[in-house]
Formats: sequence, structure tokens, C-alpha cells
Amino acid sequence: MTDAPASPTDSTRTDPGTAGSPRDAVVLGGNRLPFARSGGAYAGVSEQDMLTAALDGLVARFGLQGAQLGEVAGGAVLKLAGDLNLTRECVLGTPLDARTPAVDMSKACATGLETVMHVSNRIRLGQIDVGVACGVDSASDAPIEVSVRLRRLLHRLSRARTPMQRAKTLAALRPGDLAPLPPRNAEPRTGMSMGEHQAITTSQWGITREAQDELALASHRNLAAAYQAGLLDDLVTGYRGLGRDENLRPDSSMEKLAKLKPVFGTSNPAVAEPTMTAGNSTPLSDGASSVLVSSREWAAEHGHTPLARIVDTRAAAVDYVHGDEGLLMAPAYAVPALLDAHGLGLDDLDLIEIHEAFASTVLTTLAAWESEEFGRERLGRDGAYGTVDRSRLNIAGSSLAAGHPFAATGGRIIATLAKLLHARAREKGAVQRGLVSVCAAGGQGTVVLLESDGE
Amino acid sequence: MTDAYTRFTRSPLGRPLVKRTGLPNPPRLPRHADRPQPVLGPVVVLGASPGADEVAALLLDWGADVRRRFEETSTVGSVVVVLDDLAKPADLGTTVLPLAGAMRSLLPGSRVVTISRPPTGEDLARDAVRGGVEGFVRTLGHEMRKGGTANGIQVADGVPLTAPGVVSTLRFLLSARSAFVDGQIVGVARQDGALPEDWERPLAGRTALVTGAARGIGAAISRTLAGLGAELVLLDVPASGSELSGVANELRATPLQLDVTSAQAGDRVIAFLRERGIVLDVLVLNAGITRDKMFANMTADRWDAVIAVNISSQIALAEALLSSDEPVVGSDLRVVSLASTSGIAGNRGQANYATSKAGVMAFVDALARRLGERGTANAVAPGFIETDMTAKIPPLQREIARRANSLQQGGLPLDVAETIGFLASPGAGGVRGQTVRVCGQNLVGR
Repeated sequence: MTDAPASPTDSTRTDPGTAGSPRDAVVLGGNRLPFARSGGAYAGVSEQDMLTAALDGLVARFGLQGAQLGEVAGGAVLKLAGDLNLTRECVLGTPLDARTPAVDMSKACATGLETVMHVSNRIRLGQIDVGVACGVDSASDAPIEVSVRLRRLLHRLSRARTPMQRAKTLAALRPGDLAPLPPRNAEPRTGMSMGEHQAITTSQWGITREAQDELALASHRNLAAAYQAGLLDDLVTGYRGLGRDENLRPDSSMEKLAKLKPVFGTSNPAVAEPTMTAGNSTPLSDGASSVLVSSREWAAEHGHTPLARIVDTRAAAVDYVHGDEGLLMAPAYAVPALLDAHGLGLDDLDLIEIHEAFASTVLTTLAAWESEEFGRERLGRDGAYGTVDRSRLNIAGSSLAAGHPFAATGGRIIATLAKLLHARAREKGAVQRGLVSVCAAGGQGTVVLLESDGE
Repeated sequence: MTDAYTRFTRSPLGRPLVKRTGLPNPPRLPRHADRPQPVLGPVVVLGASPGADEVAALLLDWGADVRRRFEETSTVGSVVVVLDDLAKPADLGTTVLPLAGAMRSLLPGSRVVTISRPPTGEDLARDAVRGGVEGFVRTLGHEMRKGGTANGIQVADGVPLTAPGVVSTLRFLLSARSAFVDGQIVGVARQDGALPEDWERPLAGRTALVTGAARGIGAAISRTLAGLGAELVLLDVPASGSELSGVANELRATPLQLDVTSAQAGDRVIAFLRERGIVLDVLVLNAGITRDKMFANMTADRWDAVIAVNISSQIALAEALLSSDEPVVGSDLRVVSLASTSGIAGNRGQANYATSKAGVMAFVDALARRLGERGTANAVAPGFIETDMTAKIPPLQREIARRANSLQQGGLPLDVAETIGFLASPGAGGVRGQTVRVCGQNLVGR
């Protein structure tokens, strides 16, 4: 068990999942598309099509044709400007009652988790009885913008009243203005990509190449085994001829992974020995996911078995710009805060899902919790926060094998974990707890606690 | 969904040309939506046996305009020839010859249905005439015009002509639901089955599992069974998941993504049904693939894949469901499996496919024996059906395949689905181990 609470407010709170909340929000199940590699099976497919397909599959699985839901919360990270009402447009394209409201949300890689929390909070407060949390991203169809100068000129052109004004505006156009701006995978405040940031963190924590490759290999093997065991039969709906995640390599091996060249931190003086390769870093992906969340009463009325209760959430952010914390380290802070609030420690968790943006993200997070120094100086504790039992970590594989279409990842993990917890709780006849931790661009992190009684 | 040539024959330019040159002139085939009444009247019932009187009374019950002779009517919609009392070849002419003079009075989309008994090996003369009916029916099938069809029902000795199997087969063959079934003899072996309260929804209250349901004939089967009142579980491979959920959403059915060739397929289907408390009354084994290649160029992967999906998976799933201790199958099961005319006559370049489909026909026969009181098993053998699969056949070959039947056109997935709907109905309880061709009387094969 842990010692010092992460913040004064947390220690005074009652458990909002029990005493403070009027009712539970429970996960009934989910549906996602197989995740595709960027430029792969879903190249040329719009995010609207993908998210609609993910919702269609959920509607089919749960017989929601014609149902009016309380709300559908969704979002995309790489979203086209024209898709401002993306989720609502998708709802209109499904067999759901067209009077189902929708909201678009965005918090980089944590978007999916945030939509789950949004819907579950509404249910807990009694504002709605049932809702869907969802997310989609297509790195293949990322928005491309025009230059600032061209945009301003085009706006001026549309305001021009006379042919003379128009001619003048057009005359100001230079060939260079016409070049489109490709999307940049870089933090606006540092100009460095996520991988470059993580390469520094990896180096600082001394995470070895071998440890990263081992984690990547385990991810592929675990996900392949999960498919083999039928775990994903009612979590994934095939799309565009793809029946399972395109990135999954069941036949991967340490030898194959060892042959890959490092891709991040190769020219950074802060990184002594680059270790992050295409094999232990998650590639850009396309995909969509959805989760059905309801009150216990709604589930009972409609004959659905609750898989897990959504207990609580915490978010944290780190100062990676002025401070000296790694860009993807926020969950290392958010998890202790969340568990403290419920009087729990890492050992009380039966399953732990740490999103594998990079293998080293998971490993640096685990290393930080095991570090006396980090525990004392950063978390304000007497010593190290704790050790994660690796046999409970990402047991059905995670993003390294499945891929990571940003906003779709939260829904993938929540639905998978809820199903795993429910099966284990049934098997063991005891309540099972699970944690989801997702890091996000901008130095952010969101973590969620789930619990299943298996009934 | 008519093909380009058929559209041409109906165009102002094509119509006279086709008439003058004697080119194939494919007739329009009315389907159930075009002609919802059970019998195209007036219907003439031929035959002097007590069975003929029973059939006439039955047709009157359905509200049909029933006659016992051709003399009073200038047009004829349907003819039921009751031949259950034949003793020797010379007997046949008395009953059927009046029809000869009426062939030209048959309306477009007309129906001729014979009802006779099968040879038993007990009496030379009686077997000869009973067998002779088959040649008569098949010839009429070839000679019918304007979309008319001729089919027969062979009722086992001891089974009355009012048995549910006979009644529901007669109703199906007379209706527009059998538009592309021609020159077929359907056997009724037993008295089992129960007639529906509502002939439009004979599957109301029954649950069907359809494999390969995401598209083509499988999707058509699903739509037809849903229209007949069935609750549905729709199965297809994960890669077709979105198409599957599309059909499921349309029909308010339950989707089940599964590769039927996987080793655990049977267990997973059973677990799925048990979890949802579903008990199956109908099992449609439709999932199938082609990997065409001349046998001289045949490879193991092409051969094995076709055998695995088209026949081995059907055996495995049926075995699993029937031997399960879980109550996942009802007490009066209907299994309908997809065969093919390729499995009857063989087809160049389809050694693997034809083998698997011939296997299906033998499989349903064996399964029907094993089911006994627990239900029935039958197969449907489509001929040339207009689907994405046949659209890939090279144009000339496709055009020949399309015209090589009595109706001079390809059938629709709907036609296959309607026949499955009939075999899946509670009424078809006496129809066992049969393979009904839906081929417009394809020129090859039995």
C-alpha cells in the first residue's frame, strides 16, 4: 500500500464509485475495426466511414437498431476541418435513432479514454442511461493545410468586390504559397517528434534495446494468442477485407527485432545509444473503436451483462517544456493519484494496461515507479512507488501489436480490459480490478480504474 | 437485375431482331413480389384417383379457381397432374394426354406439377411407369414457354397426398417463389411436418443460422428467411465483418464473425448460442468458395481450401451442434446445405468445387438418415445465378452458361433463397435428403 497521498484533495475524497455516486456506469462491450497500418487497408477511406462502420458493428452486436441513446461521444485527433461535427454525422449514418445526440472531443492519444469518462460521468450523474464512447483516426487521411499566406489571400479574394481588387489579390500570389503543408508529427513547443522526446527519456532511464524488443515481442505474441483464443471475436468487426490487425506479426522473434535499425534519437546528442526501432515503436495507424456504457438498470432492462464498472479516473500533465520531465511520463503521476484515492496500490490490481506508444514508454513508467529517487522527489513518498507484476501487464497485447489510431486506442483498451476482467472474475469468483494508463501529446496522461464482480 | 442481352431482347431494336432470327428470347420470370397469390388460376387438376379429389379440395381451400378438365377454359394458369395410382406404362396416357391440347393455352409464368409415387423395386410394370413420369416432367420443362415451369412431387407409398410435406411442396412449386426451379422431382419420404398458420410467415417463431451471410446468395437467403418470419443468427468470416453487420442491422439479426474452417468453430458457435439462450430450428450451410483451375494445374492449396470450406466445415458444424449436450438445437431441425449443379454434372476447371458439392449432396442424404425424428436435411443446387462470383466468369463462357437452361437466363440469389425458405419451413418435414436444383433446368446433369 502507498504512503503519502499525491495531492491533499485526494486524501479527503470518498470513493466516488460507491458512496459519493448515485449509481454505477458499466461497460457492456465494445466494437472496433481491425487497426490498419497507415497507407494500408484503409488508405482512401474517410474517418467518417470508419467510425460509422465501428458504430454499425456495435449496433448489430447489441441489437441497437432504432434505439435512441443518451449520447454518443467521439472524436479524432487528426481531424479534417470539414468534419467539425464528425460524431454526430456518423450517428446519422447508423441505424441508431437519428435523435441520438453526439459530441466531439479531443485530447490527443487520450481522446478515447476521455470519451469513455465523459459518457460514464453522465450516466453516474443520472443525466443519461446509456451512451457510446468512440474514437477514430486515420493517419492515411490526415488533414493537409494550405500555407498561412495562401489562406489569408483566399479569404481576401472572397471579400473582393471588384474585378480590379480580385486581380490585385491574385497578383500577390507566389508559387511558394501553393505548396500544401503536410501534417507535422511534432510538439509545437519543442519542434521534436514524440519519438525523439521518448528517445531522450529512454536514454535517461537507461532502458535497454533488449528490454524494449522483449516487450514488443510479448505484445505480438499476446495479441496473436488472444485472437487464437477467440477473445476478439466479439470485440472486433472486420472492415474492408481486413479481419485482424494489420500490424500484428505472430511470427515475430527477438532475432528479427534485433535486426532493425534505430529510428529515434539517432542524431540527438542527449541520446548516447539509440535503441528505439520501428519494431519497438508503434507505427502510425488507421482505425476506429466504440464502447457501450450504461447504468446497471439499463443493462438489466435490455438483457445485457455488465462486463465491468467504471470506477474512477485521473488526469495528469507534466512540464516537459520548462521542466525536466519526459513528454510521455504523465501517467506515472496520474496512476498513484488515482489508486491513492481508492486506498489501492499496484499490487491490488489484477490487470494493468499501459498503452504501448513505444515499448520504452511502458518501461520508463515501470522504472519510475520502481525508483526510490522518483518516488521521493517526484511523487513525494517515502521511497519507490511500487513494482508492476509483469504477468498482469498487457496480457492480451497492446498498441505495439495492434497499432495506435490515436483516438481509437482508448476504446480498444477499455472494451478489451472489461472483457478480460469479467472472465477472470467469473473464473476466480472474486472481484477483479484493472487499470488503464494512456499517455498523450502535450505531456498529458489519463488513467482509468475498472472493476468487475463477474456477475 | 437482368443481363445485357436480355435487356437487348426487350428493347425496341432487339425485340423484332430476336423474333426474326430465332435467337434466345429469355422470358420474364415473375417472382413472389410480382405474383403473391399461391396459385396462378385457373388451375386444372388431372387424374381420377381419390388423391386427385383431395388435391382439388386443397386447392379450393387456397381460394384457387379449380377445374377438373380443360374444356370450359380458354386459358390455363396451372396444371396439377395427379398420378398416384399408376400400375403400368399404358396407364399414363389417359391422364396426361388432355394436357397436350392445352399446352398452347398456358399463361406466361404457368406451372405444371405432377404428383406420383417413386419406383420401389417390387413390380416391373409399376416401377417402369413411376420412373417414366420423370422423363415426362423433364421434357415438359423443356417445352414450357413464356417462363412456365414443370416439376414433380414423388410421394412415398403410404404417405397420403394431404401430408404436410406434399402440401407445402405443391404450394411452393405452384407459387412464383419457385420461378427458377424447373424440371425437378422433389421426393416426400414421410408424413412428418406441420403446416403453418400463416403461409406468408411459415418461419415465425423459429430461429435460423445462416453461414456465409454477409453477401451474395447468403445475404439473399437471410433477407428471405427474415421475410418468412425467422429470427436470424448470421455468420461470416471476420474479414467480412462490416458487410455482415450491415445485413444484421437491416434484418435486426445477430451477427457472428467466425471462420467456419477453424478447429474451434463448432465450440464457438455453441458457446455463442448458449450465452444468448438461442435454440436453432434452421441451419443453412451456405458458406462456400471457388478456387477454379483446370485439374492439370491444380495445387494443394486450391484443392484443400475449397474442400475445407465447402464440405468439411459443414460436417464439423453439423456434428458439433448435433452432438452437443447443450440444448442449442430444437426438436425439429431443418438443415439446408448449398450444393451446385457443378456437383451433379461436373464442370470444366472446377474439379475441387464439384467434388465438394457432390460431397454435400451425399452428406445431406446421410445426415437426413441420422436426424430421423430430430429433423430433416436437404440441399439446394444452384445453377447459373447472377452474383459477384459468376460476374467474374469470362464473358463468352458466362453468356453460354446463362443461356444453357430451359428459361434461357441466369437465376437470382432470391430464387435460391426462396427454395431454401421452403426446405427450412416446418411443412417440409417429409422432404429428406433431397437435392433440389435451382437452375432453370440446366441442360447438363440429372
